[in-house]
Amino acid sequence: MRGSEDSAGPQKVPFWLNPKIRAILFQFVTFCLVGLLAYYLVSNTLINLKRQNIATGFSFFHKESSFEVGESLIPYSAADTYARALLVGALNTIRVAFIGVVITIILGTFIGVARLSTNWLLSKLAAIYIEVMQDIPILLQLFFWYAIIYETLPSPQDALSPAAGIYMSNRGVAFTIPEAHPAHKYMLLAFVAACMIVYLIRRWARKRQERTGQFFPTFRVGIAIIFGLPFITWLAFGTPMKMDAPKFIGFNFQGGLMVSPEFIALLMGLVLYTAAFVAEVVRAGIQSVSKGQREAAMAIGLRPTLVLNLVILPQALRVIVPPLTSQMLNLTKNSSLAVAIGYPDFVSVANTTINQTGQSIEGVALIMAVYLFFSLSTSAFMNWYNKRVALVER
Amino acid sequence: MEQAVQAEEVTPPVTQIGVIGWVRHNLFNGVFNSLFTIVTLFFLWKVVPPLFRWAFIDSAWHTSGQACRQAGGACWSVISMNYRFILFGFYPYEQQWRPFLAMIILFGLLFYSRNRNHWKKPLAYAWIIGLFTMGLLMKGGLLGLKPVESTQWGGLPLTLLLAVFGLTAAYPLGVILALGRRSKMPGVKALCILYIELIRGVPLISLLFMSAIIFPLFLPEGVTFNKILRAQVAIILFTAAYVAEVVRGGLQAMSRGQYEAAESIGLNYYLTMRLVILPQALKIVIPPTVSILISAFKDTSLVVIIALFDLLKTTQTALSNPEWMGFSREVYVFVAILYFLGCFSMSNYSRKLERELSTRT
Repeated sequence: MRGSEDSAGPQKVPFWLNPKIRAILFQFVTFCLVGLLAYYLVSNTLINLKRQNIATGFSFFHKESSFEVGESLIPYSAADTYARALLVGALNTIRVAFIGVVITIILGTFIGVARLSTNWLLSKLAAIYIEVMQDIPILLQLFFWYAIIYETLPSPQDALSPAAGIYMSNRGVAFTIPEAHPAHKYMLLAFVAACMIVYLIRRWARKRQERTGQFFPTFRVGIAIIFGLPFITWLAFGTPMKMDAPKFIGFNFQGGLMVSPEFIALLMGLVLYTAAFVAEVVRAGIQSVSKGQREAAMAIGLRPTLVLNLVILPQALRVIVPPLTSQMLNLTKNSSLAVAIGYPDFVSVANTTINQTGQSIEGVALIMAVYLFFSLSTSAFMNWYNKRVALVER
Repeated sequence: MEQAVQAEEVTPPVTQIGVIGWVRHNLFNGVFNSLFTIVTLFFLWKVVPPLFRWAFIDSAWHTSGQACRQAGGACWSVISMNYRFILFGFYPYEQQWRPFLAMIILFGLLFYSRNRNHWKKPLAYAWIIGLFTMGLLMKGGLLGLKPVESTQWGGLPLTLLLAVFGLTAAYPLGVILALGRRSKMPGVKALCILYIELIRGVPLISLLFMSAIIFPLFLPEGVTFNKILRAQVAIILFTAAYVAEVVRGGLQAMSRGQYEAAESIGLNYYLTMRLVILPQALKIVIPPTVSILISAFKDTSLVVIIALFDLLKTTQTALSNPEWMGFSREVYVFVAILYFLGCFSMSNYSRKLERELSTRT
């Protein structure tokens, strides 16, 4: 390009044909247009807000919310502020998204592996599951599960009890749980400590194996520590055995752990829907590892578990992780459909807030900001993980 | 010699070929698989016959709600007695042939477009005319058709309308965004990245809320859009970001040589894109574009939340009649079958296309 310009000699290129100046001009025009559009929308909005006497800003945060929220992880009552109500909603979203992601990955992996099974029946069933679940809108599935729970299950009086200590009714499922005891806090601490210890052991074992070639049974020792440490704590506190069983009092169950029908329907819908997509991701990942890799690993005498751990999984995960991340994000974003079946997630609480205060712009902006935060933090974490498992090329 | 001749005539053992051989190879090879097969068969035996009984034998097909409750099986009558409302919503009863005709035109166009040999200029004109006719049929007011307010639109035509117009309008916008994201101009690039990542980071429902409650604030006093159009805008803005990412994939797959060759014969940016890059890039991304169409089709169901009467909402409304209360399973299964048929045929088509396109290159 440069050369041709120079050879053009005395005829100078007019400035409007200079690509650099053109680029700057074009961007300037684009920004002006976007700015004008933004100015137009904002000024209209301000005029409209003034006309309707709506004050902008987040001062409503500190006002009393005066509405109840169906379920909450932290203490909350109608006398609390809007800010706390929104926090309750956000925690509810995190709860369903977290539990959903964990179950989805497990279920999706099973179905993906079943799809590749040599068992014809199992493989075909998995294929049907994947195709059917992917082709039905998630919202419809949520309505369906909610209707099933609400219409088919009996009232709490004659609740079904599929196993001792579990009662299923159209008000939700009541579980028997161990009665609150100070030991539980320490058991949790012991569990966290055990996880950290196992992580350190794994690092040490890897380094040692790289240095000396000696193998350390990390997996078995790890399992023993993770289950053993909390168990020892439990023994140390004198084996508290008392159980908190749900009892039918008045119109509903009291005590135990009560899971609402909305939560169950939402969780079921999200998990069953997303698992179909995860299964496809897992299947593609496993198929991406060529057959020769397995054969080569077996030829050098690795045991089947080591073949999986050292050869197949590291390569399959590289293919699986990026699309898996986007499926997990989809699950989190789809959890916003909770508003349709009445589970008090963030969108539902924000919606109530908008209806009560009339602060629609702030409300919708909050919804967007919260989901953007979830999305960006998840993808940041997954990018970090992805970098770790990515192929290191020479 | 004699023995060799005899050996040729020996057939493989019956346990290795035919039905028995197939069963042995595919269902009972190994202890684990046999166990799986038995467990699965037991599970199917437990689930399928009662389901079949519920759906076909004990079911009521064309009765009143009262008779349904006594039948004990599935009550398909809730659909057969309300099908006009479920399919067309509050559209005036005697005018319902119009959305029906519009849907026929749409299906006809889709069916004709299946064949890639038909992908020529006339098809594009046919689509433009077809979409225009569909809009005219729905809205009326011309050629002696009675005008029908868009507040009365509903049911399956609304669902299809939102999906088809959503993708057709989102596609050019998505292509522009993708080109902007690949642009060398930092300002344009930043704007496009900001837009795409912002939209992809939030759920569709937040955009629908925005369309329902904030869009009216954006407009000067006195100017109003109807609710369907606002929801349509939200769906377009949302889909465009996803189209942009798919198209970007296609652009990235183009080799540098294509750009350099176009530049060397003196094409400017616009011509390079229009004549060289986009025709190839967009062809690569046809299969993923079909999957976006599938998601757009499924996502239209979310307009239920802002109270538009799409297919899902009309079915729910049919349930609110006391006579049909409590038959939600049947109607949801019915709607699920409709969605499934739509999505399944599209995904099948996309797989077929993928095969065809991959063998050609």
